[in-house]
Amino acid sequence: MGRGGASFPVGIKWRAVAGAPGPAVVIANGAEGEPLSRKDQTLMARRPHLVIDGALIAAETVGADRVFLYVGEAHRAALMAMTLALAERPAGDRARARVLPAPPTYTAGEESAAVHFVNERVATPTAIPPRPFESGVDGRPTLVQNVESLAHAALIARNALPGTVLLTVGGGVARPGVYEIHSGGTVGEALELAGGARPGARAVLLGGYFGGWIDAREASSFVLDPRTLKAAGGSLGCGVTWVLDQAADPLLETARVMRHLAEESAAQCGPCFFGLRSLAAAATRLATGQPDAADLPNLRRWVDLVRGRGACRHPDGAATFMASALKLFAPDTPPPGRRARA
Amino acid sequence: MEKQEIWIDRTRCDGHRLCAELLPELIQLDDWGYPIIAPGPVPLHLLDHARRAVASCPVLALRLKTMSQPPPRRN
Repeated sequence: MGRGGASFPVGIKWRAVAGAPGPAVVIANGAEGEPLSRKDQTLMARRPHLVIDGALIAAETVGADRVFLYVGEAHRAALMAMTLALAERPAGDRARARVLPAPPTYTAGEESAAVHFVNERVATPTAIPPRPFESGVDGRPTLVQNVESLAHAALIARNALPGTVLLTVGGGVARPGVYEIHSGGTVGEALELAGGARPGARAVLLGGYFGGWIDAREASSFVLDPRTLKAAGGSLGCGVTWVLDQAADPLLETARVMRHLAEESAAQCGPCFFGLRSLAAAATRLATGQPDAADLPNLRRWVDLVRGRGACRHPDGAATFMASALKLFAPDTPPPGRRARA
Repeated sequence: MEKQEIWIDRTRCDGHRLCAELLPELIQLDDWGYPIIAPGPVPLHLLDHARRAVASCPVLALRLKTMSQPPPRRN
């Protein structure tokens, strides 16, 4: 997914698709189903030709003769800009590429779900293997690449080194929005771009709903580089940097996100569908001061139990998020007034 | 003989639980009744039991796969 979610190195993926037999297909992934993220839709709305250039360069490189510009249907400005930009291109480009609106669900942007949607107009993830690069659209090797990564490819082709990443900075900051920051920048610098975090910030959610909470005091010095973050146990993910301010309750916010992730399960795989519901219910009881005695130990056990047990990475992302909440916010023993029921 | 592993299509599995009945040595059930499969190759002495567990799945969610074989094509 490149900068969509998982930071799988772009080069390895392109080589895998190029090396697979037969003509390939490219899907430019601008589904952006992450509720806190705006960076892909902003990029497509403002620089649609850069994204299309990147998609066509990718197609050239991996040997693809068909390109799908997969744009979240709720992202109206992006959809319109991409459609108009494609209409301005030469006939050869228009013959190869087409805009395809993506359903507004969380999992529609998952690689196999994007392939499934192109094939059968059903945007649910499918079992892997085969992976899209082995057998994707019409059984052909398929490259599914995030639109920001494609824009970077276009910049490299123009001999302009990208050297920046797009972030969506939101929550308790003065000026929420999409910001471009040099890749060695820190979370603190990103927050400054957005006018600074409001006083009393408690935590920063880095990487969106599949990311994790970081203590606000530690977060400022975090370098926004995928490798550095991984070493620190975090992830840049889709580039969401969301500040939890004083007024917000960390446990309630955590429970709200978990309920959203549970609802956004594609409801295909039991451990994801039932597991995330159990996680969300326990997190909600914990946040509203009515936990069962088993809730906290269950939450700790379930985050490991659901991980890796879906066709896609949806349960893994939810587990990463919940584990970070448990680490940062969960009391070792329930505090007074949040006493456990036996 | 090549090593075999149990592969599950999670999108098919409906938690019928027969596999865990027939192959408790390698398959446990989670809190929601879905199989947790021990990773790695199936020990030789359990291969027959594994074949029976795979064959008895009512929704054909299980497969015995030779390890590191090329993946199936999508149709």
